[in-house]
Amino acid sequence: MSSYAATTISSQAAANRLLLRRKRAERRFQLYGILAISAALGFLVVFLASIVSRGYMGFVQTEVRLTVDFDQELIEAGSYRKMLRTSLSELFPNAGSSRAERRTLARLVSAGTVFVLRETVEADPAIIGTVEDVWVLASDPVDQFYKGRIDAALPEEERPISDASLARIAALEAAGRIDLRFNRSFFTRGDSRNPEEAGILAAIVGSALALLVTVVLSFPVGVMTAVYLEAFAPKNRITRLIEININNLAAVPSIVFGLLGLAVFLNVFGLPRSAPISGGLVLSLMTLPTIIISSRAAIRAVPPSFAEAAIGLGASRVQAIFHHVLPAAAPGTLTGAIIGMARALGETAPLLMMGMVAFVVEVPGGFTDPSTVLPAQVYLWADSPERGFAEKTAAATIVLLGFLLVMNGLAVYLRRKFEKQW
Amino acid sequence: MLLSYLPLLIIALFGAGAFYASRARISAAPQRSLPGLPGHYGWYGTLWTVVPATLVYAAWTIIDDQVIRNVVLSDFPDLSGAAATLLYVSIENAAAGVMTDDVPMASVELLLHLENLSAAARFALVTAVSVLGFFWGWRRIRPELTARDRVETALLVALFIASIIAILTTVGIVLSLVVETFRFFQLVSPFEFFFGLEWSPQIALREDQVAASGAFGAVPVFAGTLLITVIAMLVAGPIGLMSAIYLAEYAHPRVRAVIKPLLEILAGIPTVVYGFFAALVLAPSMRNLGVDLGLTISSESALAAGLIMGIMIIPFVSSLSDDIMTAVPMSLREGSYGLGATASETIKRVILPAATPGIVGGFMLAISRAIGETMIVVMAAGLAANLTANPFEAVTTVTVQIATLLVGDHEFDSEKTMAAFALGLTLFIVTLALNVAALRVVQKYSERYE
Amino acid sequence: MVNVSALSDPQPKLVARAVSVYYGGKQALFDIDLDIMSREVTAFIGPSGCGKSTFLRCFNRMNDLIDDCRSTGSMLLDGSDIAGPDVDVVQLRMRIGMVFQKPNPFPKSVYDNVAYGPRLHGMAPTRGDLDEIVETSLRRAGIWDEVKDRVDQPGTSLSGGQQQRLCIARAIAVRPDVLLMDEPCSALDPIATATIEELIDELKSEYTIIIVTHNMQQAARVSQKTAFLNLGRLIEFDETQKIFTNPSEPSTQDYITGRFG
Repeated sequence: MSSYAATTISSQAAANRLLLRRKRAERRFQLYGILAISAALGFLVVFLASIVSRGYMGFVQTEVRLTVDFDQELIEAGSYRKMLRTSLSELFPNAGSSRAERRTLARLVSAGTVFVLRETVEADPAIIGTVEDVWVLASDPVDQFYKGRIDAALPEEERPISDASLARIAALEAAGRIDLRFNRSFFTRGDSRNPEEAGILAAIVGSALALLVTVVLSFPVGVMTAVYLEAFAPKNRITRLIEININNLAAVPSIVFGLLGLAVFLNVFGLPRSAPISGGLVLSLMTLPTIIISSRAAIRAVPPSFAEAAIGLGASRVQAIFHHVLPAAAPGTLTGAIIGMARALGETAPLLMMGMVAFVVEVPGGFTDPSTVLPAQVYLWADSPERGFAEKTAAATIVLLGFLLVMNGLAVYLRRKFEKQW
Repeated sequence: MLLSYLPLLIIALFGAGAFYASRARISAAPQRSLPGLPGHYGWYGTLWTVVPATLVYAAWTIIDDQVIRNVVLSDFPDLSGAAATLLYVSIENAAAGVMTDDVPMASVELLLHLENLSAAARFALVTAVSVLGFFWGWRRIRPELTARDRVETALLVALFIASIIAILTTVGIVLSLVVETFRFFQLVSPFEFFFGLEWSPQIALREDQVAASGAFGAVPVFAGTLLITVIAMLVAGPIGLMSAIYLAEYAHPRVRAVIKPLLEILAGIPTVVYGFFAALVLAPSMRNLGVDLGLTISSESALAAGLIMGIMIIPFVSSLSDDIMTAVPMSLREGSYGLGATASETIKRVILPAATPGIVGGFMLAISRAIGETMIVVMAAGLAANLTANPFEAVTTVTVQIATLLVGDHEFDSEKTMAAFALGLTLFIVTLALNVAALRVVQKYSERYE
Repeated sequence: MVNVSALSDPQPKLVARAVSVYYGGKQALFDIDLDIMSREVTAFIGPSGCGKSTFLRCFNRMNDLIDDCRSTGSMLLDGSDIAGPDVDVVQLRMRIGMVFQKPNPFPKSVYDNVAYGPRLHGMAPTRGDLDEIVETSLRRAGIWDEVKDRVDQPGTSLSGGQQQRLCIARAIAVRPDVLLMDEPCSALDPIATATIEELIDELKSEYTIIIVTHNMQQAARVSQKTAFLNLGRLIEFDETQKIFTNPSEPSTQDYITGRFG
């Protein structure tokens, strides 16, 4: 009797221990889940924060206020370089006049300043003969130092900026002649070898042109395919083949589309390299499956009663589909198209093959002009050694992510707004 | 420029005219019940005006470049192949206003002349076909004409042609890859390509060798791809699966509704941005960490590229796994809970085994995505084809090699570019196989619970 | 009114007092008081949506799985609380097993289905013990002879009636005191239903059974007590015989005779 009680008690204790262990395992497992999600989201936060912290300074640029004498003789002789030199040596009379010393002095401002002065004169000839204060871009080392990205405590030979320049920056600061100002040229210029002058307008226009080609080609074709497959296609082998093709194309690596574009569009059809028309063509083939798949889903979501009602009133099947089903599916179709476009906007690899990763200074004016695209600009700048480009890369990334955010936000908004209205 | 787009304008104008003319003609006809609306008759007229003319325009445009080229180059019968191409490009450039030396001016003028002639002829022909089509269609507009049927049939044909583009794309991909790969294998044996241990396409080994541009043993490239993919899956597998489990089984629907789209942002970030982060943020800090720990970590280590790629593909694992687990019937969960199982026991012993096929499918899709990803590895992994399993060293991948072999290379006939296509074909086949298999597995699974 | 005096047996197995259940803002059960006696079959009947399944699921806290479901009132098993937040649902569900409307064998072998619970709760230290538990449970569920040669085959390969008996075997393998059955025969054909009903009759010698059914004949055949619920309220609870021959409430009468429901 007592032994029976003892075993019950001991087995009771064992059961309790087991229960405790199971409870701990449960908590541990749940913790793994939370840890996994935190790791993924934590990375997202770190990732975005590090890009923003690196890039936000790219939207401002250090500028120097020069007092320039727009001397008529110099302008007629085209000696803008001398005009700049004069202005600088008036600021720093003790800088010395040897070639090397003059060059060091000129390195305070951007190498493109001479052209800026000429453009200023050309834009406003009334300025000739006057003495004006002009804000010009500082050179990249000055800019990076002024933004606090170069440590002045380092020995002179280890930093890209000389002691003399540091002293001059201090003097400029004391005179209120140096300041961080909104970086307009970032949004109004193309690429440049000088980081302080590099802008993303050419890339933005290139992306816009390529996307225009993409949407014009892939949206109608995609919707037509979706309509055919959902509403008209007979259940036969060709239809099955088309469907299998679409599903597989959706998973083909993007670089393979680049190979297709290179071999077929550039080499067989002879389309121009580096042009939005060729890049857009490749992007539209890539986007097509996305648009077809989402359009099919949108068409399928329209209740069959819509078409049946119209057919019951004597409409043909074509009329029923085009007058009633397609308009009802339009929001879903549009959402899919926007998402497809957003993906095309972020795509780089196939464009690499199509030569759209290029040094483009001029803003492209048409579909056959040499162009680059926004992500390709990010790629190019990320590869450049100058410090200023690291900042520009991050800034261009912020712009790119901004565009994507707007496009995806629009898609989400459309989906929410038109969700399940029937 | 104007002359090249003018025919299209003409077609558009005539097409619009045909619509109104045909509609007016049928409306004037004394008939009460028509086999179609007046608009259908209008479209019928438009189709006859527009379609043949557009086809003629397209055909002419495609053919005329080739014809002109042949005519221009017929003055240089002793040139062929690349030399002819080179000459023709410089003639074209000269004609476009880019002056270069030693271009035969006669040919330039001939080219310009022929181009003008062709454009004028095209304009005349397109206009004629358009006008003919207009009258042909217009004459046939009668009340007996079954306009609606005909227009709708034309529309269906157009829809069908649109859907064929998907097939054409696949055919184009396969053909372009296969043709170049075939040419490549005539120069380099497939055996060397698939089993060779030395990959250095940029450097010639010997001066006198036939394929004078290097070694094409792709094993180090495949191994590098595999290493980075394994690292990526070691990151994405556990994180993606555990996230999916938490979202599907533990999280409150409201929490899930917030977290799931946030996770999916990871798949929506352009890969070039990941590449930038891997190359400029992660790799340098890993190298510094390595220095502190006494490890040698290459600045283009497989680890950095693999880690970042793993993060990118987390949503590919988690999304599908989550969908699959949510599709496991509630009754199985209830059965398990009803026997006194805890949540984690239910997940581990009932839900995961039931969902395994779907989860495997998700992993396969993620692997396929990792193998095909380009920008992250182009920016963060190396170019040097090291045959190593050490994640701290630099390795190269199939996609990196494709990109570097083809970028900036204008000549298209070297072994290097053909090797890129051979790599591309391998990549295409592997990812395709993974995707087909994954879709099969997932499909079979979803049939089970229907 | 509920005849409380008829229920005042000394030791009820399960006690419900003032139980109310809410789904979000909507109340599904209103102040239910009920005592379930040991080793009896109690049937819950009522029109669909009356809350009988919801009430049943309160006894082993299955409603916890539904996100916006909450309940008030007290419930006791052998005098100890089962409704409070501190109650260990794992142990509770070990003592109160459940059989569901649709047979839901796990996608595992017959053996693993039955062994699932004992393995979780560490009830069988050796393989021999486990074999014994599995065999006993399958025998008790009256399915051993049909499956003894194919315990390695998936449980999902059995017929519907066999699957449901497998689920009963799975439930009794953890040696519960109480078995909750939520319309266990609704997905089965009449012959399988008859087998299950016989099984219920045998099982009541060892288990306290609560069965939800929409089939009044079934309630009359298998149960000793019957509770009639309507619109989330307990209308009448009494001996089955009395409910079906001479109910006190007019609405019970209406339901029994098929005037609504």
